[in-house]
Amino acid sequence: MATQLAPTRGAAPSRQRPPRKIGFRQTLGRWDVKVSPYLYISPFFILFAIVGLFPLLYTGYVSVHEWSLLGGKGDYVGFENFSFVLGQPNFWTGLRNTLSIFLLSSVPQVIAALIIAAMLDANLRAKTFWRMGVLLPYVVAPVAVALVFSKMFADESGMINAVLGNLGIDPIGWHKDVLPSHIAIASMVNFRWTGYNALIFLAAMQAIPRDLYEAATLDGASRVRQFFAITIPMLRPTMIFVIITSTIGGLQIYDEPRMYDQLGQGGNSRQWMTITLYLYELGWRQRDLGRAAAVAWLLFLLIIIFAILNFAITRRISSADDMTRTAKKARKAIKARERSAR
Amino acid sequence: MRKTTRKMWAAAAGVTGIALVATACSGSDAGDDSSAPSDEKITLTISTFNEFGYDDLLDEYMQLNPNITIEHNKFATSNEARDQFSTALAAGSGLADVVAVEVDWMPEIKQYADQFNDLTSDSVTGRWNDWTTKQATTEDGVLLAYPTDIGPEAIAYRADLFAAAGLPSDRESVKALFEENGGDWDQFFKVGQDFVAASNGVPFFDGADAVGQGMLNQLDAPFENPDTGEIALDPQVQEIYNTLLENTNLSSHKAQWGEDWVNAFQNNGFAVMLAPSWMLGVIEGNAAGVTGWDIADTFPGGGGNWGGSFLTVPTQSEHPEEAKAFADWLTAPEQQLKAFATTGNFPSQVEAQASTELAGMTNEFFNNAPTGEIFKTRSEAISVIPFKGENYFAVRDALSQAINRVDVDQTDDAATSWATFEEAVKAIG
Repeated sequence: MATQLAPTRGAAPSRQRPPRKIGFRQTLGRWDVKVSPYLYISPFFILFAIVGLFPLLYTGYVSVHEWSLLGGKGDYVGFENFSFVLGQPNFWTGLRNTLSIFLLSSVPQVIAALIIAAMLDANLRAKTFWRMGVLLPYVVAPVAVALVFSKMFADESGMINAVLGNLGIDPIGWHKDVLPSHIAIASMVNFRWTGYNALIFLAAMQAIPRDLYEAATLDGASRVRQFFAITIPMLRPTMIFVIITSTIGGLQIYDEPRMYDQLGQGGNSRQWMTITLYLYELGWRQRDLGRAAAVAWLLFLLIIIFAILNFAITRRISSADDMTRTAKKARKAIKARERSAR
Repeated sequence: MRKTTRKMWAAAAGVTGIALVATACSGSDAGDDSSAPSDEKITLTISTFNEFGYDDLLDEYMQLNPNITIEHNKFATSNEARDQFSTALAAGSGLADVVAVEVDWMPEIKQYADQFNDLTSDSVTGRWNDWTTKQATTEDGVLLAYPTDIGPEAIAYRADLFAAAGLPSDRESVKALFEENGGDWDQFFKVGQDFVAASNGVPFFDGADAVGQGMLNQLDAPFENPDTGEIALDPQVQEIYNTLLENTNLSSHKAQWGEDWVNAFQNNGFAVMLAPSWMLGVIEGNAAGVTGWDIADTFPGGGGNWGGSFLTVPTQSEHPEEAKAFADWLTAPEQQLKAFATTGNFPSQVEAQASTELAGMTNEFFNNAPTGEIFKTRSEAISVIPFKGENYFAVRDALSQAINRVDVDQTDDAATSWATFEEAVKAIG
């Protein structure tokens, strides 16, 4: 396009011609070129503004007011809700639990998903069967998963403690101790999401050109070497996607801890109360939407921080492409230093 | 929700399709219909929770009223139902035509009385015990809800385990045993100590918090000041707390409704439970196949009421008159007796309570105990109905957790757990 336009604009005759009346049609045409692409993509942004941005801003508005669930808006209180929430030990317990459950679920989950995907990518018999199989846990409703797992993890009558008992291991307090409860909840999350992430990785793996592997095989690289030198670097964009989405999901975790016992409040000493559970408690049990909204915003900020952090970390995953880029950057930096020295 | 929207669209289509005159007519028609039940086909929705024993009754009502279709939305727990209730009330839409509510939600219903239809009518005057009606009546005398059932408490016990521990085991002697020395809570715990001393490791009751429920239900205003509604703990709450935790050796250390609690019914987990009438169905369900359960017609410290529900008709309802008639029918004596027979929900109706049919009811699972008669006496013994304000739910939850930290988790001692509880209560206010 650009090369075509340039000569017309520069051509002398057009300037000598009497100024042409620009017809409405032509204006429309120009608008069409300029505006249409934005219109085509606008449904997403309009939808986002309605269901994403508006609630976000409105939550911010609620968070600086006294706001009862049933009574509605009260006085403007500034950041009082935030300072109240930050002063509550329960908030910090929730933060600790959320981060701990997030780490216990996301890290093993991504690693396991990668390994499963690599196995599914190999030449298997009945490929589709295995591939659909890993998605099966994802189809099970989270509430059902939580019910089954909470039966398994019951402190006295649970299956897992019974098995441990047979092995001569003391029963673990899955509900009374902090870390075991986090492990139990993380296992529910992993059960549900590992297969889903594995399929995403698998799709990305299938897109890697096969000749890369052929060349590597010819060069005598082992399967493991190929996995680390070709598969992982080529998966980088997908990994960023998976890690960011699992960060968002992991920090918002709600269903599993809520269903982990009958009361749904995260344990008697809040052993497994996550931030979303705390938010729910403030908003719906204590009917204070203002404080709940403040928690929502704090959670939002936390997710942003973690998403950025993870993005930075995943970018470091080695790739040839990346190495040339850093090399270029380094060269540029040296040149710049030389220039400034002069 | 979806239904109303569709109906609205249909109405809108009608408006544009026909002429203005026609719409004016249809509008007034609708008004006439709702005041006098007619042949117009309507759908009524009702939402309940746990088990109200209504399934057969709803079918019966539809047969009696062929123009009415009833949709039943059943929540698993009252907590779930309450969450949906609050959200829908706040949103101004989403409530059923007839909404079952628990007595503990009454404060917010009274607070938003204008969102509920006044249910006063000639057919229901004098229907219920005064104290139940009072729970559902505003200060201006508006009746906001029809009581469906109450929860008079008795003691359910395992006769076989009592006998094995050398205690009397038949209904009458157990009643006498619990009523020795004035029959208050001290005697209850004393019987417990005697039992545990001879029971070969079988705990006495299921959990300290469950027993605490029975004790708290005998305080006039456990957590809040009835006049101001502000949080003010009755000093007796701490006494109850201390008594319970001094006696944790009687407890099987189970949290009620928890997985371990449910399973404990199958392996002699404990010998005694405080049982409001509706608990009988729960025990029977969990203890299927276990023999030896019985009920003693007694309760420490007099009587007690645990729970009880109501039916309301929110102003959100499109068919308030029909909904009111439906709720009226459901809470009439005959229907309450049928519900009692299916689930053990004890009638809140005076007429039903006095009926010979009720007096003759027995329960096979509980060694053919005359449950009708027992719970009738128990309901007459109810003398205190605690005040429950806006913060009752939250404070009660915090207290449960404080007790369970010591009794169930055993991760805390009584004093530190109480301190944590006090912090939590401060955060609620």
